[in-house]
Amino acid sequence: MIGVEHYVVVSSILFVLGVLGIFLNRKNVIVILMAIELILLSVNLNLVAFSSFLGDLTGQVFAMFVLTVAAGEAAIGLAILVIYFRRRGTIAVDDVNRMKG
Amino acid sequence: MIQVLTFYLFASIMIAAGAFTILARNPVHSVLWLIVAFFNAAGLMVLAGAEFIAMLLVIVYVGAVAVLFLFVVMMLDIDFAELRAGFIKNFPLGLAVAVVLLAEIVLGMGAYRAGALELGTPDGSGAAPAGASNIEAIGALLYSKYLFLFEAAGIILLVAMVGAIVLTHRQRGGVRGQNIAQQIARRPEEAVVNTQPEVGKGVSL
Repeated sequence: MIGVEHYVVVSSILFVLGVLGIFLNRKNVIVILMAIELILLSVNLNLVAFSSFLGDLTGQVFAMFVLTVAAGEAAIGLAILVIYFRRRGTIAVDDVNRMKG
Repeated sequence: MIQVLTFYLFASIMIAAGAFTILARNPVHSVLWLIVAFFNAAGLMVLAGAEFIAMLLVIVYVGAVAVLFLFVVMMLDIDFAELRAGFIKNFPLGLAVAVVLLAEIVLGMGAYRAGALELGTPDGSGAAPAGASNIEAIGALLYSKYLFLFEAAGIILLVAMVGAIVLTHRQRGGVRGQNIAQQIARRPEEAVVNTQPEVGKGVSL
């Protein structure tokens, strides 16, 4: 029978895939943003699974807030990407050192 | 039985799609695999009884975020082959980090199997009312207990929207835009002039 553990395993595999994606595509910021979306999706899956497991809807409400933040993050990230491309003509982010931080 | 079958179907397709998202050579394919992953995650959520979040996932992600990604990928003229250069070089480090993270989670699961910590049970304030559908129960909770958080989420979206517009807006030179202050300041007495030109002579405007 399918229990909450199955959900935790699936979402943890997805989380690890997202982290791996960030490391593998270190230059390509678009794929990095997609990997972050994968990570947030796995967190959402976890929240929903535990909400269902505990019979408490708070988890689903928080999954909605995570969704909101993910949408805002994608919009701002892509806007920054567009202006970065406009200035530099590339999106390789391994040499972002203009601000000398 | 069908639940088990559906769970494994959705889970395996979702994990495969996630792997293809990070491994695809073409970012357009990555976005499309991401959409597949989101659809299957929505399926898993429906299976867990969270229809509202599942539908929200499809609407928000497939309808908005994925389209935004596709739009940006196709709008920017990028040499993606050059961006793949460090792929092999970064592979061992990435794999090591991923394996460590997975090992930690597996360790946690194993410890849970051996005997869970008593973290308490929910106090029932977030429990679904009997007989209410998922969306009804979420609405009742969201508009009462989490009202301020809900409004804060709205503010976050507003700030994100304003921020994205401010970041990408650019004033181009050499275009004749609308001068709204001038338009509003215009009065009838300066706009309309009565003249009585002599016959055969024009008016200078």
